[in-house]
Order: sequence, then structure tokens, then C-alpha cells
Amino acid sequence: MMTVTLVVPAVLRDLNGGRSSVDLGSEVGTVAEALDRLYELAPGVYHRVMTEVGEVRPHVNVFVGRDDIRWIRGLETPVPAGGELYILPAVSGG
Amino acid sequence: MQEANGIEAKSGDVLLLIGTTKGGFLLRSGARRDAWEMEGPHFPGSEMYALALDQRGGRRRLWAAPSNPFWGTTLHRSDDFGGSWSDKEEIPLRFPDDSGLALKRVWQITPGRDAEPDRLFLGVEPSCLFESTDGGASWKPVEGYLKHPHRDFWSPGNGGLCLHTILLDPERSSRMLAAQSTGGVYRTEDGGRSWNPRNQGVRADFLPDKYPEFGQCVHKVVHHDSRPERLFLQNHGGLYRSDDWGDEWRDIAHGVPSDFGFAMAIHPTDPDTVYILPLDGFGRWPVDAKLKVYRTRDGGGSWEGLGDGLPQEDAYETTLRDGLDTDTLDPAGIYFGTRSGKVFGSSDEGETWTLIKDGLPPVVCVKAAVIA
Repeated sequence: MMTVTLVVPAVLRDLNGGRSSVDLGSEVGTVAEALDRLYELAPGVYHRVMTEVGEVRPHVNVFVGRDDIRWIRGLETPVPAGGELYILPAVSGG
Repeated sequence: MQEANGIEAKSGDVLLLIGTTKGGFLLRSGARRDAWEMEGPHFPGSEMYALALDQRGGRRRLWAAPSNPFWGTTLHRSDDFGGSWSDKEEIPLRFPDDSGLALKRVWQITPGRDAEPDRLFLGVEPSCLFESTDGGASWKPVEGYLKHPHRDFWSPGNGGLCLHTILLDPERSSRMLAAQSTGGVYRTEDGGRSWNPRNQGVRADFLPDKYPEFGQCVHKVVHHDSRPERLFLQNHGGLYRSDDWGDEWRDIAHGVPSDFGFAMAIHPTDPDTVYILPLDGFGRWPVDAKLKVYRTRDGGGSWEGLGDGLPQEDAYETTLRDGLDTDTLDPAGIYFGTRSGKVFGSSDEGETWTLIKDGLPPVVCVKAAVIA
């Protein structure tokens, strides 16, 4: 089975043992499931991406491939087999 | 960008911890306080509303609570004056998952009583008190505050719904006071299990009922350990004193150009000497754009403006609630920062002032300490 990979931004890699990605396995069908798996495998990264109430932090963007999940189905966005998730800081500030 | 390497500080030095909207800075001086060196930024790009130096139990421990605009708020300690900091997730700081609350910002870091060197408190947004009993290694919300029956009625001011002030009874470990915006003053007599509002006499201009039981927008409360029951309160419109731990408050805004302001600080040895920065209630800058610190030396009976060395024209400066502090030397040093990135200081109890630093990001926190 093809596994899903989450790419960790450089600024959070210290919370993932210095590694640039997390192998989430093949049992992941949605972004919510992917993030649940992230919680198990790299809780430090999870807590920087998600708030305590289970929402993606306001200035963090989650992509499935090239697609921002905010414009698809949010946490229910499907993740294809072998897909890649990207966590990226939004363009904001001043 | 230059890396922050920490600062060399020795016993007797004065240290200013400066929190800005873009990181933290350290300013160090000898006891003469006539020359300052700066080091930083620490956690560049992150809002730094809360900093503290804990010197209990032989420690020299800095605490910082940066709020990264992307990755949220974290808590860090340093035992080498900022040379190195604990990692992002080394000290977990979160609301319980079933609370329905998400941590937004830390507003206050308060080391506990000297007799309890492993106890610390945090005031956070959304309003809650967190406690550690293991020197800051782990934290949990104080249940009585987390589940306060007033929680659903508290509403945020412009700064957010923040618990910004924590005052401890130095003698009775069961008594402490917290203040938040909005909500007002709350006091516990049972070690945090229950919290009762203590706002009688404090005005709430923005509510139909001007003197409600709770809901006031209290900006800062101070007291001195030698007379802890005497409290001074800078309100969102109103300046008050209580002589009974907040049971009753009375107006002491006599002789100030405005009773609006954010910041307030107590003198390090005199429980009747208090410093404030009155501001125009709309512009949030000094009245007539003349920057003056006001001081009372008689418990609020009278106030005097102290502006020697401060700009007296076109000074559209704002000092926020944690932007004013005193050191513990004699004569006392008084320090404040502004939203335009200036830090002013006085080494003679406020009689004369100098500009210590300019060009910083907006200053939101100033903490002064003398290295033990």
C-alpha cells in the first residue's frame, strides 16, 4: 500500500527529531485522520499546527498536494493513497 | 539576522526584560544605571507579552512566553540569561481538550511566594490562571478559575480576554487576587478553589449598570508585600485604592490629568508610593501630548507629574499595562516602554528621565530586576 507523507516545515523539524517528514501510513483517508496520526507520531508538531479545540491555527495552511484544504472540505478533505500533506505558515504579518 | 547569545550579567546588575510585538530584548546596566547594553531579539517575530526573572531558591531563571503568529504560544526558560532556551514543546502549556478553550497568549508570569520556590503562576488569554508546583516543568489550569460560573459572561476588550494581574498574599498561601479585562478583580481565600468578584466601587462606563458585581475592565492592580491588603487599581477609566484586599474601592483620581491609563507600578520599598501613566481616554496618548509619569507618595491622596527629561510636546506615546516597572535599588529605578519602541528610565525615583533605547518594535512588557 502507498503511504501518506506529511512534510514538516523547517521551523518545526526540531519537534520531529530533525526529520523533514512523517510517514503517516496507508490507513489515512482524510486530513482529520492524517492529523490524528500526526498526533500519535509527532505530538509536538501536531500541537503547533492545531489548537486545543481541534482547529488548524488561523495562520497555518494545510495542503493536500497543491490544494489548500480551506477551499476544499477542510479537515474532511480526502487524502489519496500515496498523497503528500504540506504544513506551511500563511502569508501574513507586518 | 544576528543571533541572540544571551547577556553577561553579574550580581548587582540591573536587568530590564523588554517584551515587544516582535520578540524579547534584554537590557543590562551596572547599579549606576547610566549605561545600558542591549541583547536580542529572542524569539524574533513573536509577540512577547510576558517575561519574568525568577531568583528564588538560588535560581537565575528567565521565563518567556512568545506567541508565534503561526505556531501559537509556547513557554520557555533560560538559566543562562538567554544564551539558550528550552525547546518549544519541552514545557507543555495547553487547556484541557474538554475545556473548549484554546490558549491564545500568556499575559503574566508570576513566581510564587519565596517560601514556595517551586510554585509559579501564569495569567493567560482566554482568561484563566495556570499553576505549576514543580518549578515550571508542568502546568495545569486552576480548576476554580477554569470552571468559574462567570466565564460565559466575560467578554474581551480590545486587548483580548486576558488575565493580566496576579497578586499573592505573602503570608497566607490560601489568598490571592487576580484581575482580568474584562471581568474585573477576583479573590480566592481557599487556595484557588473558589474566586469571588471584588469590584465594589469600581466603575464600568461601558455597561448600563455602572457599578456591577463584575465585568469591569481593570487594567492593572499593584500592592506591596509589606502592606499587601492595600491595593491600587488602574481601571479603564478610574483610579482606585482598597485597604481591605479589594472588599471596597474608593476613587483616588485627584490631581491627575486623566483617570484613564493602562500601566501602574509600586515603589520597591514604600507601599504608599505608586507610579502611573495617565492617558487621554480616546487617543490613548498622554494628555496634551506631554509625556509625564505621575507619582503619589501618600497612598493616592495627591499626585505629581514627573516629566523632566521626557518629551513635553508631540509625545503621542502609549504605554500598555505591563509596560512600567521599578527595580529594587535605592533610589529606585523606574522604567517604561512605549508602543513606538522607546524605553525610558529614571534612576532617581522618577525625578529625571532619560531615553534608554529607541527603535524597538512596539513595547508591550517591561520587567526590571536586580541580579541577586
